[in-house]
Amino acid sequence: MTYIPISPNERDAMLKTVGVGSLDDLFDAIPQKHRFPKLDLPPALTEMEAASLLSEMANTNENVREHLISFLGAGAYNHYIPSVVDHMLRRGEFYTAYTPYQPEISQGTLQAIFEYQSLMTNLTGMEVSNASHYDGATATAEAVNLAFAQFRGKRKKVVMSPSVHPQYREVIRTYSQGMGLEEAGDDPTVDLEAGPESLMALVDEKTMLVVVQYPDFFGRIYDYTKLIEDAHAKGSLVCVVANPTALLMLKTPASMGADIVVGEAQPFGIPLWYGGPYLGFFTTKKSYVHKMAGRLIGETIDNRGQRSYVLTLTAREQHIKRERATSNICTNQGLLALGCAVYMSALGKTGLSQVANLCYQKAHYAASELSKIDGYGLCFSDPFFHEFVLCCPKPASEVNEYLLANGILGGYDLGKDYPSLENHILMAFTEMNSKQEIDTLVEVLKEME
Amino acid sequence: MPTILEPTIFELSSPGRTGVTMPASDVPHTDLPNENLLRSDLPLPELAEVDVVRHYMKLSKFNYSVDDGFYPLGSCTMKYNPKINEDTCRLPGFLYTHPLQPIETVQGNLVLMFELQEWLKEISGFAGMTLQPAAGAHGEFTGVLMMAAYHKSRGDSKRTKMLIPDAAHGTNPASAGMLGMSVVTIPSDARGNVDLKALAAACDDTVVGMMVTNPNTLGMFDEHMEEVIKLVKDCGGLMYGDGANLNALLGIVRPGDLGFDVMHFNLHKTFSVPHGGGGPGSGPVGVSQRLVDFLPSPLVGIVEEADENTAPLYGFVTPKNSIGRMKAFHGHFGGGLVRAYTYISMHGPDGLKDISQYAVLNANYLQAKLRGTYTIPYDRICMHEFVAEGQFAGSDVRALDIAKRLMDYNFHPPTNYFPLIVHEALMIEPTETENKDTLDRFADALIKIAEEAKTQPELLHDAPHITPFGRMDEVKAARELVLCCWLPENYETLT
Repeated sequence: MTYIPISPNERDAMLKTVGVGSLDDLFDAIPQKHRFPKLDLPPALTEMEAASLLSEMANTNENVREHLISFLGAGAYNHYIPSVVDHMLRRGEFYTAYTPYQPEISQGTLQAIFEYQSLMTNLTGMEVSNASHYDGATATAEAVNLAFAQFRGKRKKVVMSPSVHPQYREVIRTYSQGMGLEEAGDDPTVDLEAGPESLMALVDEKTMLVVVQYPDFFGRIYDYTKLIEDAHAKGSLVCVVANPTALLMLKTPASMGADIVVGEAQPFGIPLWYGGPYLGFFTTKKSYVHKMAGRLIGETIDNRGQRSYVLTLTAREQHIKRERATSNICTNQGLLALGCAVYMSALGKTGLSQVANLCYQKAHYAASELSKIDGYGLCFSDPFFHEFVLCCPKPASEVNEYLLANGILGGYDLGKDYPSLENHILMAFTEMNSKQEIDTLVEVLKEME
Repeated sequence: MPTILEPTIFELSSPGRTGVTMPASDVPHTDLPNENLLRSDLPLPELAEVDVVRHYMKLSKFNYSVDDGFYPLGSCTMKYNPKINEDTCRLPGFLYTHPLQPIETVQGNLVLMFELQEWLKEISGFAGMTLQPAAGAHGEFTGVLMMAAYHKSRGDSKRTKMLIPDAAHGTNPASAGMLGMSVVTIPSDARGNVDLKALAAACDDTVVGMMVTNPNTLGMFDEHMEEVIKLVKDCGGLMYGDGANLNALLGIVRPGDLGFDVMHFNLHKTFSVPHGGGGPGSGPVGVSQRLVDFLPSPLVGIVEEADENTAPLYGFVTPKNSIGRMKAFHGHFGGGLVRAYTYISMHGPDGLKDISQYAVLNANYLQAKLRGTYTIPYDRICMHEFVAEGQFAGSDVRALDIAKRLMDYNFHPPTNYFPLIVHEALMIEPTETENKDTLDRFADALIKIAEEAKTQPELLHDAPHITPFGRMDEVKAARELVLCCWLPENYETLT
């Protein structure tokens, strides 16, 4: 079926107005030998058939609500999404609108994104937020672009902690291929217990940016105040990649002196969705706003004296600056920024604090119970939030296979990215994990031999 | 003090009010970490659920959307977004699968991605496909990275120049700029084609390639496409196709057959993924045989062939000389790929051709109706869109005024001031999902506005009149840079 609302009679009348005999005659400019290829695609389905086909495909998966108990995180988290979030996202006025280029008839999107920016600055403690990036990894890569622009290419070294998400480091390497950067610290074979200050050995007068994660990829909470102070003394900027749920409880990166705070806001109201679309947030200090990529909403007034909002500082962007733009970013994650704002508003200060506390409590209960099993233990002794590294007596892949056979989606096998962590699993806990689920995990591991 | 039509979510907050609450903890209590690791306050709004709903409902009514009416925004393909897509993309099996689950547990997702890769290859005539890029501009960056990697792999290090026509989208030069390439602008000729003489003069052994939007942003299919491609290829360059305007070409011509080496799709334009007020989009990239080894990693592939009793096992594969990863995980699966898959499955080969034929018919019909009232600088059979001049001899009315006045007739304005090569451009893309009555009413409104421009120009200068908001002071926004708000009690300390 198609969605074309034109009858054959109307079509013929329109062709007559245009002055051509048939629809095919509209395409004379196309080289004849390539015109109208026969496409080898399955025949069209009706809506009823498509609904059934897609349902069947979706049912082939084992999902973390109906089939599997999940303790998998590593950058994507299974949180409860209040019903109200999707009800608001399903408003056609929001989801079928374009980027708000015409502010007079786009105030809904503009005010909602302005509020999203405000929620993000209040969460991170930073001064400005843009309207979002594709995901946490690309937001981090854009932090590298900001630093590169800030130093106008005069400093070209990026120091990345090895405990930044491996995929984020990979994306930074892809993004920076044309920039001639020197990348340091991006080495999974170093001593992973050395602590954040050990990065300072790599920071010098050529360093433009230091990137750390908070809590780090292994779930550890570090106070980066000293590192940031020392990096600033060398003239470098510091970017903190933060988990937004953790920020509901922990000291803000702004209070540690961070210059840029980015991260993945998927935990805030966005379904796991097999990895996307998610929501990269980007916050920084006001002094870097002109070097920041992405859309930005600012407050103003209309010609009737009403408070209103517009896209602002557009001169930084690609459609004005073209090849001199900081980034080529055009689309952001508008609808998901709205979803994030609804999530934060619907839970509010109280509900959000409850979410953070539940994550913390469940993870710590699990840690204490798992540590009691023979051969298992926590790999690191540092404070953690809702994720930790479990040391196992066997290769992580064997443990995960055994868990899966028992209906449990285990954690992330760290041996794939860190050679020294072959028998280690990164486990994540959220408010979705009941005590019973955690007890089941413990029981199943005890039975494994 | 300005009038406030709807307070911010922060202004609506009242201390102690609660919305959605979470269950009590069912595990023994653990003390929080050391106090100096904790934040001292959490300055976030406090509201009840009903406050939240009414706030966002009110905001939604300030928006104009495709579900409200005609949205002929040139180059953006604002077609109707089928409602079934909203249901399929929210099936629990898609919503609640984790991107790092073992492949055996997510074969439904992987089959969908694999088939979508194959379908997009078939539609576009390319040999390889990645679904990873998050948006059109992200796809462009992916494509340009592959072009650079291709030349580098051949030890061809002199190539630093990207050729881009003057009608191009701004993302094209910005993508090339991200790799430090220099951009050479190629002018258009009088019929809206790439100027072949200028192109020939620019083609040498320093050319990375050329980035072409075809149909271009004038809505014209380049009449010398094959010559353009030959010139670029003869000097060793690669051809990049900006797929933003693919809605004109489904079942009409395959860019891969024409000789393009790489092209990004905009699933949010051509394949009905809703635009979401500015994203998320989805920008898969197709490549010719000589670039398949450079595709981003990972791709979806068959990791164990089928035998008599079992279906093939789908999983992830890494191309030999991959440029690397473009984002975390696998692309915009739920919001982008599932919707596009649903849409293509419901159209089939004939339905896809219908889309482009009617998109082109609608554009030509509107062009025919407006010819005579508005100057059409490149006047020939157009593809899915066309560009008119929003100015009249002896009048100070500008394209912007016409755009704003259209809002009073309950239409979304066309794209204005783009492409840059047309004065006071109004770029009109009706799409195939509009009926003749809507097109007639829109043409009538534009013709009436042209009359108003002569008789009552102030009506246009002050427009819009019937919308909830009037024209904004954009200078004030940029000068004062108020980019966020706080809870009322925090205003004093923070400002």
